[in-house]
Amino acid sequence: MENTILRTEALQAYYVLDVYGKSKVVKAVNDVDLDIKENEIYGIAGESGCGKTTLLKTLAAAIEPPLRIVSGKVCYRIAGAEIDVATLSAEEIRQLRLEYISYVPQGSMSVLNPVTRIRDTYRDFIESHVGGESKTDAYALAKSHLVELGLPPKVLDAYPHQLSGGMRQRVTIALATLLSPRIIIGDEPTTALDVVVQRGVVQLLKDVQRALQNTIILVTHDMGVHANIADRIGIMYAGKIVEEASTEKIFGEPVHPYTQYLINSLPKFGDKTTRVSVPGSPPSLANLPSGCPFHPRCPQVKEICKQQMPGFTKLDTNHKVACWLVGEGDNGKAA
Amino acid sequence: MEKLLEVVNLTKTFSIGSIFSRARITAVDNISFYIAPAEIFALAGESGCGKTTTARIIMGFEEATSGTIVHSGKKEVKNEKVWFSDGIQAIFQDPFGTFNPLRTVDRYFFETVQNYKLAKNRADTIALIDRKLKAVGLSYEEFAGKYPSEFSGGQLQRMSIARALLTDPKLLIADEPVSMVDASLRMSIVNLFKKLKEELGVSVLYITHDLATAYYMSDRIAIMFRGDIVETGTVEQVLMAPKHPYTKLLRASIPEADPKRRWVGEITLTDTEQDEYLKQGCRFAGRCPLVMDICREQAPPDVTIDDVVVKCHKYP
Amino acid sequence: MKLFKDLLRDYKFAWGFWIMCMMVAFACLSFFAPYDPTLWGVVPRDMRPSAEYWLGTDSNGQDIFWMATFAVRNSLVIALIAGLVSRVIAVTVGMVAGYLGGKSDRVLMFVSDSMLVIPLFLMIVMLAMLVRDSMNIVTLGLLLAIFGWAWDARLIRSQILSLREREFTKTAVLSGVGTMRLVLNEYMPYSTPLIFSTLINNMAWAIGLEITLAVLGLIDLSVPTLGTMLYWAINYQAVLLQRWWWVLTPIILSILIFVALYWLSVGISEYLDPRRRIQRVGAG
Repeated sequence: MENTILRTEALQAYYVLDVYGKSKVVKAVNDVDLDIKENEIYGIAGESGCGKTTLLKTLAAAIEPPLRIVSGKVCYRIAGAEIDVATLSAEEIRQLRLEYISYVPQGSMSVLNPVTRIRDTYRDFIESHVGGESKTDAYALAKSHLVELGLPPKVLDAYPHQLSGGMRQRVTIALATLLSPRIIIGDEPTTALDVVVQRGVVQLLKDVQRALQNTIILVTHDMGVHANIADRIGIMYAGKIVEEASTEKIFGEPVHPYTQYLINSLPKFGDKTTRVSVPGSPPSLANLPSGCPFHPRCPQVKEICKQQMPGFTKLDTNHKVACWLVGEGDNGKAA
Repeated sequence: MEKLLEVVNLTKTFSIGSIFSRARITAVDNISFYIAPAEIFALAGESGCGKTTTARIIMGFEEATSGTIVHSGKKEVKNEKVWFSDGIQAIFQDPFGTFNPLRTVDRYFFETVQNYKLAKNRADTIALIDRKLKAVGLSYEEFAGKYPSEFSGGQLQRMSIARALLTDPKLLIADEPVSMVDASLRMSIVNLFKKLKEELGVSVLYITHDLATAYYMSDRIAIMFRGDIVETGTVEQVLMAPKHPYTKLLRASIPEADPKRRWVGEITLTDTEQDEYLKQGCRFAGRCPLVMDICREQAPPDVTIDDVVVKCHKYP
Repeated sequence: MKLFKDLLRDYKFAWGFWIMCMMVAFACLSFFAPYDPTLWGVVPRDMRPSAEYWLGTDSNGQDIFWMATFAVRNSLVIALIAGLVSRVIAVTVGMVAGYLGGKSDRVLMFVSDSMLVIPLFLMIVMLAMLVRDSMNIVTLGLLLAIFGWAWDARLIRSQILSLREREFTKTAVLSGVGTMRLVLNEYMPYSTPLIFSTLINNMAWAIGLEITLAVLGLIDLSVPTLGTMLYWAINYQAVLLQRWWWVLTPIILSILIFVALYWLSVGISEYLDPRRRIQRVGAG
């Protein structure tokens, strides 16, 4: 595809653990195909334990033992050419971080050094990536960037603990976007924040994307945030993407039983009718059920669901589902 | 009207800082509310508003600086654990932290039964525990002898509720019970609370920052902001037709799970939270779109309009 | 016994365990000793190691091998008394101070800090000089215990302080559990590794201090311990006279005991670390 900026193909990333002689394989990312375009906000929705954080780690090329890519590949598209991440050296990956792909984690306090002022943290980042900048140049760059994003430049002189949680998170986002990366990956950036602050942070992300015309991959379990910001959403369950469509389709016409349950269980204002949540509990990634991982909880389960994982069926240009109820899927291959 | 629990003029101040510079933060500032029998009452607000401190004071884990708590006619006496005899029980936020990871879960059930003398022998004890587990959708066989790490968050939270029900309490204090539970299991726990209210007549004090579940589950609600209760009323009135500017901002900021109803307009955020605590006058004056001069100088009074109590200079 | 097998898989623990077993067996041999260790001149003096006197004899006229068995026995008994009694004091003080807080905490920690600040060695030397005649192994053990609990009490207290804030404490309180039972049942599993490793460290410290005191001549020198053997050897110029069999025996035995205790301590505390335990509980 022309404007694909990041692509994964049959990606399988497992944690291989050995605890006191018992070995355990956690299949966090189990055969995932993603095709993420430029200039879009792609949301990955799923609950805790579905593998989405691991997926983000593979996308950001941050693989460390015991996490291993067992098969499949992750490809970036840089300057028109497609590069397989596995072929890059550690130094090249380090260069790419912050310039091409940057990462906004869940807790801002883990990014900001609590004993240095914000401007020193910024300076460290700038110097390690754009080298040769003098102190005042780096400071000026940071300042102009903050002003561009609508944040008060005086935060540069503060220590992280003096700022509110929301301001810290926005400062972290400003740091991540300092060098205009093509891809921003956000791992639950608003989860620990209050509702009003969350709105401010999401607003900022939207402004950033509009200004840079880049891609944001946002992972969160909060469907409300996805509804407000994402263009396309991928629903992840037990290490696989089970449905992918535009935001309107996911909320308006969910097809996969899990997505249907998820959407229908969300409480809405003005509506006090009973909501039903998904029966059973999510499977452990170390001990996945056979066939389709959702079959133990699915109300419409068929025999074949217990034996084989369905492949993707295309319902529309932008809508695909992996479910036996809908279709066979191409090549019987899962995603 | 009968009041199961009444909080009257409760205040709690903390002093922070070192010997050289101490500041007093009023975490809970002269609040009053009541809970009726068989009612779900939500105490809602963002982090730092004082709702958790209030819960801890009611449960007896913290001492109030001033004010009283009246439970079924009995006034609270300092250090007297009249709460836990059989009237009030509590459920906490982190299902995995609620039980000691190095001990089996059933130990807490047996302890509760023994210490409150709820059954005479082991067979009766197990029968009682099984009944309560069935009320939350679990069974004794699948839970006996297992450690917390062998269950999911949703199951542990149900067990926490079952343990709380052992003493047949009239009031359950639930401190953010579903915020750490997966989205797919959340509604089942919320529905469970509703069921307990309808079938067993148990009241619930639901402390949360999630207004959507508060709306779905509660009968009445009080919104807290930086230690004050700014609006109290039925859930329909407060959340569907909010009067206080802060409630309006809160309501408008909730991300609705509907792409057709996205946020409109932009908001401004504070830089530091401590400033807001130490303000004179109305604490929300810094961000309020309807601010007037009097708001910055004088703390607003409580005004009652159509059964809703609002703390704002704008009314009447 | 599954616990034991798991522990033995760690090579450090295994080595430490077998060495300690050997030491204990060695100490038990003392019950079969043909000579009375408090007498002098029971065998010819200063004989080199031979078939008859396995480790030779010393200048006091004692068979070194059999003296060593008594020495190891007495040193281990001192260490055990010191270690166990100080554990009991440390755990009691730590748990009471940690859980109750407030005044009790302040008073107990004041006492504990005072014990830490007092120059330990001077105090022990002074007390030892005062009671030198009745300084038998039990008295010495108790004296070392009184000085050995302060540090560990603080460790246990800080652990209890953090456990007190965890939510399962609240659950236990709501379940009607009384204070004593709460602390014992809920917190002990977390404290056990700390208690064990500090016990073993304390034992090593006690033996070290005993040897020091003995070498300085401050305990009852007729009682054979590792320290007193060394005292007599130095006193009789064994090094200069190249009677290496006399000097090396207590030194090598002490080294073996210290190393074994250290490995045991490390092995147990690694195994009992609550985070590892939780992993094991879930992985099973």
